[in-house]
Amino acid sequence: MVARAALAKAKADLTADRLDGLTSPDGAAWAQRARSEALARLTDMGLPHRRDEYWKYTDPSSLVAPVAPKAALFDNDEGPAFDGVDRIKIVFVDGVFDAESSSDLQAEGLEIERLSEATQRDIHWAKELFGVLEARNAQGAVPRPMSAMNTAFAEDGVCIRAFAKVEKPVNLIYLHKSEASDAILHHCVKVEAGAEVTLLETGPAAARFSKVMEVDVGDHGAFHHVRAQGRDHERRAYTAQYGRLGEGSTYKSFTLTANGVLTRNETIIELTGDDAVTHVAGAAVGDGKDFHHDDTVFITHDAVGCESRQVFKKVLRNGAVGVFQGKILVQPGAQKTDGYQISQSLLLDDDSQFLAKPELEIYADDVACSHGSTSGAISEEALFYLKSRGVPHHEATNLLTLAFLAEALDEIENQTYAVDLHERLANWLNRRN
Amino acid sequence: MLEIKNLHVKLEEEDKQILKGVDLTVEAGKVHAIMGPNGSGKSTLSYVLSGKDGYEVTDGAATLGGEDILEMEPEERAAAGLFLAFQYPVEIPGVGNMTFLRTAVNAQRKARGEEELSAADFLKVVREKAKTLKIDAEMLKRPVNVGFSGGEKKRNEILQMAMLEPKMCILDETDSGLDVDAMKLVAEGVNALRDEGRGFLVITHYQRLLDHIKPDVVHIMSNGRIIKTGGPELALEVEHNGYGDLLSEAV
Repeated sequence: MVARAALAKAKADLTADRLDGLTSPDGAAWAQRARSEALARLTDMGLPHRRDEYWKYTDPSSLVAPVAPKAALFDNDEGPAFDGVDRIKIVFVDGVFDAESSSDLQAEGLEIERLSEATQRDIHWAKELFGVLEARNAQGAVPRPMSAMNTAFAEDGVCIRAFAKVEKPVNLIYLHKSEASDAILHHCVKVEAGAEVTLLETGPAAARFSKVMEVDVGDHGAFHHVRAQGRDHERRAYTAQYGRLGEGSTYKSFTLTANGVLTRNETIIELTGDDAVTHVAGAAVGDGKDFHHDDTVFITHDAVGCESRQVFKKVLRNGAVGVFQGKILVQPGAQKTDGYQISQSLLLDDDSQFLAKPELEIYADDVACSHGSTSGAISEEALFYLKSRGVPHHEATNLLTLAFLAEALDEIENQTYAVDLHERLANWLNRRN
Repeated sequence: MLEIKNLHVKLEEEDKQILKGVDLTVEAGKVHAIMGPNGSGKSTLSYVLSGKDGYEVTDGAATLGGEDILEMEPEERAAAGLFLAFQYPVEIPGVGNMTFLRTAVNAQRKARGEEELSAADFLKVVREKAKTLKIDAEMLKRPVNVGFSGGEKKRNEILQMAMLEPKMCILDETDSGLDVDAMKLVAEGVNALRDEGRGFLVITHYQRLLDHIKPDVVHIMSNGRIIKTGGPELALEVEHNGYGDLLSEAV
């Protein structure tokens, strides 16, 4: 009891310290209500501590510190991701909207508005979404104070509403230009029944970045999400995507992470309509002790005949650390559930570490759920086979490393994006950073 | 072409001598066969020559075209013209067979200072060679050896050999796990590559492969040594009488 009281005190203190430097933005009554409720949830939960169940593998202290640790800018010698793609660009520099670099936010089949503007309106569709999915605690006792803090204090972000099948993707481009930036963005995406939209996210965003995205996919709608987090070594990020899926709808998300001293990517998806499908995948590559990557995924099946698939792969080298926490929860009545989860890491040396916590919790009797987690080295047999055919050691290693990541990359449906990200990975391996 | 002198090899992990003085010379244009009972050191010889980890050469030498190969990395040996057709070809999930072949061909060309083959040229050559080995487009697209039958794996080995055009080919029990038709197909593939400038070392338990790949010289290996060398008739002798007589002769 003493220990628990001490932890509660520590959390209350660090929460107070952090909140000291933050001011809640102004807005319409509904937005202010969402923000004050989020703040109340946050104060109630307290910011995360290493001793919290879902933070034991990832030290949150630098994410919750009052001041963001500085992050050196990275001179990226690669072109920006998805450069050749015809898309609607929405640019944020260190978390601040850059109108000049952004496209016109008018697009057929879409309604796009900045969160800072939407929250000023007395009536706005985002009212039904902003802070709403984040606040739903479909998995009972798992607190998400980082997300609540984001809802309470995010000044900006985008609200995207799709009411048709939209071909042209929306690309949120996050530039990092200040060493000390501490950015908070919150996005709301509403895909109306039968509509479809693709959201691309690219770039490092800030020295420290907090991002929450809430996505509501209507019946038979489809949401596609492909993201490449920037290569800046010292950047830190907490991101969370919340999804709620209607009947027969689809939510597919892929994330590529190369470098980053600390990345925590959370995915919380609820399958609430029958026959909905979600695929969440990620490939992360890190080199050195200054790489820590955490994927934390919660999928809740709360309808009949839904499919969920999680594929997460990590390549870790020179003391890099990878974390995977993934849970499939099948609620009573969610029969004919098809749940799949795989998390694997390729450890290129003895110094690197992979920490995995796969969980299944099933309250229905007619379900098929499987999960697997492995970590291993490059196969010596395969390496020798390639070398015996004349392929040099480093090239053979890279080929096998890309082969290891292929299962995750295969989750990207669009070939243009898949090829772009595949090349980025190949380049990363060749450069080794 | 390939010259092996007094080769002594032990397992790195344990103090166990496997090869105890192998002497063997394969001339260009010739096919040599090595036969011998299980555990005689045949496969070890093929692995040591191609540079697999886990073996320690304690004495002797091996040269290819006059170059010492034992000090080379496996990929350098390959570039120098050595090829091993594996007894158990390795499955590599995630790497397409075509990508694998092209990477190998171009890596060797690069190592030899030759220009890399363009995608179009490569495709043309590989299709042609695959066709004679009855390897279809589907097999070329699939990941290397993944889900291949025994026969498909061995045909894939021969396809690699045909693409890489090595000077010295070692076939390690290429007949194992093959039915007669598959063995014929593989043998035809090998025979098509027989050439004045190319040497072959065919390792096998059984004479039947040698009905299809006719050897010039046959060696009998036992307990880490070549105990007898002769013409193709030696293989027939083994077929009829087993290894027993030869082994007792050697003692």
